[in-house]
Formats: sequence, C-alpha cells, structure tokens
Amino acid sequence: MRIPFRFAPRSKWGNPWPVVLLLAITLLALAMASSIGAVPISWRDWLTPLHGENTGNSYVLWELRLPRTLLALLAGGMLGIAGALAQGLFRNPLADPGLLGVNSGAACAAALTIVFADSLPWAWPTGLRPWLLPLAAFAGALLVCFTLDRVARWITPGSIAGLLLTGIALNAIAVAVLGLCTYLSTDEQLRSLSFWTLGSLAGAGWVIVGVALLMLLLATWQIRRLARAMNALALGEAAAAHVGIEVETLRARTILMVALLVGATVAWCGMISFISLIAPHLVRTLHGSDQRRVLPLSIVFGGLLLLIADTLARTLATPAEIPVGIFTALLGGPFFLMLLNQTRERIG
Amino acid sequence: MSIAHQPAMPSRREHLKQWLALGALPALGWLPQPAHAANRRLVCVGGALTEIVYALGASAELAGVDTTSLYPPAAQALPSVGYARTLSAEGILALAPSMVLATEDAGPSSVLRQLENAGIAVHILAANHQFEGLLQRIQKVGELTGRVAEASELQARLRNEWQGVRTSVEAHSAASPRVLFILSHSMSQIMVAGQETSADAMLRYAGARNAMQGFTGFKPLTPEAVIAAQPDIILLTDLGLKAAGSKAAILKLPGLAQTPAGRKQRIVSMETMLLLGFGPRLPLALKELDRSLQSAMQAG
Repeated sequence: MRIPFRFAPRSKWGNPWPVVLLLAITLLALAMASSIGAVPISWRDWLTPLHGENTGNSYVLWELRLPRTLLALLAGGMLGIAGALAQGLFRNPLADPGLLGVNSGAACAAALTIVFADSLPWAWPTGLRPWLLPLAAFAGALLVCFTLDRVARWITPGSIAGLLLTGIALNAIAVAVLGLCTYLSTDEQLRSLSFWTLGSLAGAGWVIVGVALLMLLLATWQIRRLARAMNALALGEAAAAHVGIEVETLRARTILMVALLVGATVAWCGMISFISLIAPHLVRTLHGSDQRRVLPLSIVFGGLLLLIADTLARTLATPAEIPVGIFTALLGGPFFLMLLNQTRERIG
Repeated sequence: MSIAHQPAMPSRREHLKQWLALGALPALGWLPQPAHAANRRLVCVGGALTEIVYALGASAELAGVDTTSLYPPAAQALPSVGYARTLSAEGILALAPSMVLATEDAGPSSVLRQLENAGIAVHILAANHQFEGLLQRIQKVGELTGRVAEASELQARLRNEWQGVRTSVEAHSAASPRVLFILSHSMSQIMVAGQETSADAMLRYAGARNAMQGFTGFKPLTPEAVIAAQPDIILLTDLGLKAAGSKAAILKLPGLAQTPAGRKQRIVSMETMLLLGFGPRLPLALKELDRSLQSAMQAG
C-alpha cells in the first residue's frame, strides 16, 4: 500500500489564507488558554514584570500557567513534526511514532532509569543526574527508531504491514518492560512511574520551555532542507536516489530527529498519544501532501491540539486535574477510526 | 498499574450532590456567610490527616481535601483537589491556602515544589503505621494549626482508649489466627498484603498473624501461595466485598476453598479508611477488627 502524495503544482503555499487563519486560531487559543484556569487572572497580573509588584495570582500566571501553555504548544509541535517526519520517511500515513513504539520505548527507558539507576554497581556523577532521565528517554526512542528502520529495510522490504507489525511488537515489548518496572518498583518509584503512562504537563518551567523552543527551532531549520528530499522519497528510494538525494543520510538524519523530538517530549511530559498521528494527517487532508507544507504545518496543528487537550485537562475538573493523555486519546481514538475507514479500500 | 494502591471512592458523586445542595443555601441568603471565618486556610491531602483536623476542631479552616478524605462525611462536601498522587499546583493555589498538609503519598514532587515556590507552607507528614506514629501526626497537626492543647487532649484520650483496647486484645491473644488480607476493588485484580503494610501492622496489633509471609507491600494473589499459607480468616475491605458481590463469590477465588478460612467460610470485612487509615479512629478500628476476628473464629 502506498498513498500517492499530491504535489503542489507551482506555488509552494497556494492560497495563503487558510494558513493565516490557522495561525490566528492558534494565537487566540494561546491567549484563551493562558487566561482561563483555576485562579482568576486580571490584566494587572500580566503587567507584573513591568512594575514588579508580585501578587499571588501573577505567580500563577508567570510561573505556572504561561510556561505550561507554551510547553503544550511547543511539545505538541515537536510531536506533530516527529509524526510528519516518520510518516514521510516510512512513506505511510499510519507510521506514527506512538503507534510504532517510539513513545513507549522512551517511557520504558525512563522507567528503567527510575527503578534501576540507583542499584547499578557504579555511582552516577551528581552533575549528570538531572540529565539522566531525558538522556535515557532519548536513548530508548533512538533504539526503537533504529530497530524499526533495520526491520523496515531488511526483514520486510517494501512491506508496510510488516513495518506496522514490527512497531506493534516493539510497542508490546516496551509496555511489558514498563509493566515489569511497575511490578519491581518501590512505592516511591511507583509514584514517579504513574506519571509516564498518562502524561502531564504539570512539570513545565521556563528552562524546559527554553530548551523546547531551541529544539523546535533547530528542527524547523532542518526540515527546510529535508522537505524537498522527502517529496522525492515519496516516489520510492530508487527514484529519490536517481534525482540525487542521498537516501542513507536522509534516513539517518530523520531518524535521529524523530528520536530526539519524541524522546525529549516523553522525558518532559510523559507518554502523550495520538498527537503525532493526527497533526500531519490533518494537514494532508486540508493542504495536500507536499512535505514543504506538511512538515511546518504539522508543528502548528500539533501544538494547537496539545494546547486544547491540556487546557481541557487542567480546567474541566478544577481544582483537581485530569491526565492530559486521556484527552489526546479521546480526541485521537475516533480520529484514528475515521482514518482507518478512509484508507479501508487500500488496506483491504 | 498503581490502581491497587488507590483507596477507591464510593458513591462520592451522590454525597457531593447532597452537600452541594446544602452549600447553595448561603448563596440564597438563608444562612449567614462567614466572611473571614479563618485567616488560616488548610488543604489536606490524605484521609487520616483530614480526620485529625476534624478531631482537633480545626475543620472550619479546611479549604480543600483530596479524594481519600471520606471521613467524616462532611469532608466530602469540601472542594476536592483530586487524587493525592496527581495534584495540580494551580488547582490548589485557586483555593488560596496558607498551608498544605500532606502524607508521604502526595505528589508529583514537581507540583509540591511549585507550591513551595508560590509561598505556601507545604508540610509532609510521615506515614508511620504505628500507634506512636499517629500520636506524632496529631502533635504535628496540632502545632501547625495552633491547637496544641486540643492535640494533647486528643492524644491523652486516644492513649487511654488504646490502652483499653490493647488490654482486651491481649486477654485472648493466645488464639492468634492466621489472617489473609485481600485488597481489591474488582475481582479481576486481587492483591494480598505482605509485610510493611498498614494491614500487616493492624493484624499484629490485633494479635493475629499475617498469613502471607516473605514479601513486602501488596502483591497479586497466587492460589498456590494462599493454599500453602492456610489462613484461618479472610479479611477484606467493605468495598472489596461489595465489588465481589457476596461472600460466596470470594470463596470461589482459586485456592481459597482449600484453606481453613474457605472451608469454614470465615470472611470479615471493614471500611477501608477505618482499617488502614491510621487516623484518630485507630482504637475503634482495632476494637472492631478484634471483635470481628474473634466472632469469626467462634462461629466457624
């Protein structure tokens, strides 16, 4: 099964208005998300950094809510672009990092770190400790990505079903190891583990927002160069090689980026499902399959979706909080069924 | 995954409805509104701590509680900050608390840090499953809420009650039945208590032996281990019994029929927070547990 990508005829963007509208909606959502919440915020709280008068509510706005809404936007964007890259590389709209086990691979590595990092025969240097979890999550995501790539090329060449089944198998292994960690964990460790399974943006802070912004900017800079190559790859590896694309380099670079983006979001927010599947697909249904549009717009759609999901998660049950993973799955599940229905003939 | 460790909620929503209806009265002007009832506002995370706050007469200062605060029933009318392990910083700050009292279970730690950074006094109290631990918690809550006199009064009363209950327990401790504690909220997920659990501590106080030896915490039930343990009595929570449907359904669990408890149908249940909470109702809990175990042994 191969979904033929539609090429944009001449202009890169075509009609610019849908994109402008999308950006406007995103800004509006950002404004709304940062102004609603359990604590009421007045316009004076927004001005606190200017006149320096720190009320309790401005702390909530500037230290809790703003970093959180920005992280939702950035993490959603990172997941969106990771999904678009994976789908482009594997030439399949179902090749979502979450479905292929990249998310659970990262979470599984993080869980192993939580449970076993202290029982290893050597002591970790204290300077490395804060980086242990994100590094482990990245390593887990990287391992799953490379395994998928090997399997996709050698064991089941050209078979999309084979790729997806491999992903499902890796997912199952990762979830099983995650379960084993849960079983072996102490009560203390279990508390940190429960965070990974449903995801949460509660840990957001300005430092994380800064790093996420940096990563997303780097990814955006990279995709400017990747998009054209990906369009050629859509025709098949041989065709891409004929027009002068170094397929090996493209693969290696894309896999590294997907692992880095997914690993980082899992390390900060836990497992957040479906964003990476929905965002690129939404873009394709609205704007066609030109990767020069799919890649950047997936960032915006992904960010918008996670922002909406997180805003619902933290406002619907105030003063309590619902895990954000519930909302992304609730938004994503029906969408995934719709997607399956659309591609039914081609799968069958 | 961590579900087995969560105290389950009964028909909390129904309780809430009733109390919300009551809470609407002041809005209609029927009741005087307490304008500045207390300048201290407490958020209590952990059912036993909430019970202590009520026992010390400081309940007017409570601004919110977590989902494990089910007793006294009035606590269920207070705003809920959610489950103790998935707290939300902004949600708690919205209640404008001056102090957060929490058990060791409370988390995630990033949220507790955020609360501290916001200038809220966050106090984590040790979950020591001993009578002395309860006294320490009462002392601490008394100091924090400015009710030291009430705290020592409560401690003295509890010491007195505890002494009485312990004496009557020791009077017949020669029997020491082997008890298997089952924690489950559905029949498909059954956990039994090993050592270092609150259930194990309660059984030891009641002069009974925990039938399951050799592991710590709660572990899934294995039929062979249950048969090998040969418990005389099965102890479970009211919710667990309700989830199973009947005592007969419990006895159908694999392995139980081959034990003395199964053959003689000795099944005892108690309210979760009473049995495992280690709050101010501890002497009452021990009394009730002892009585239940004794009558079960005599019946069968």
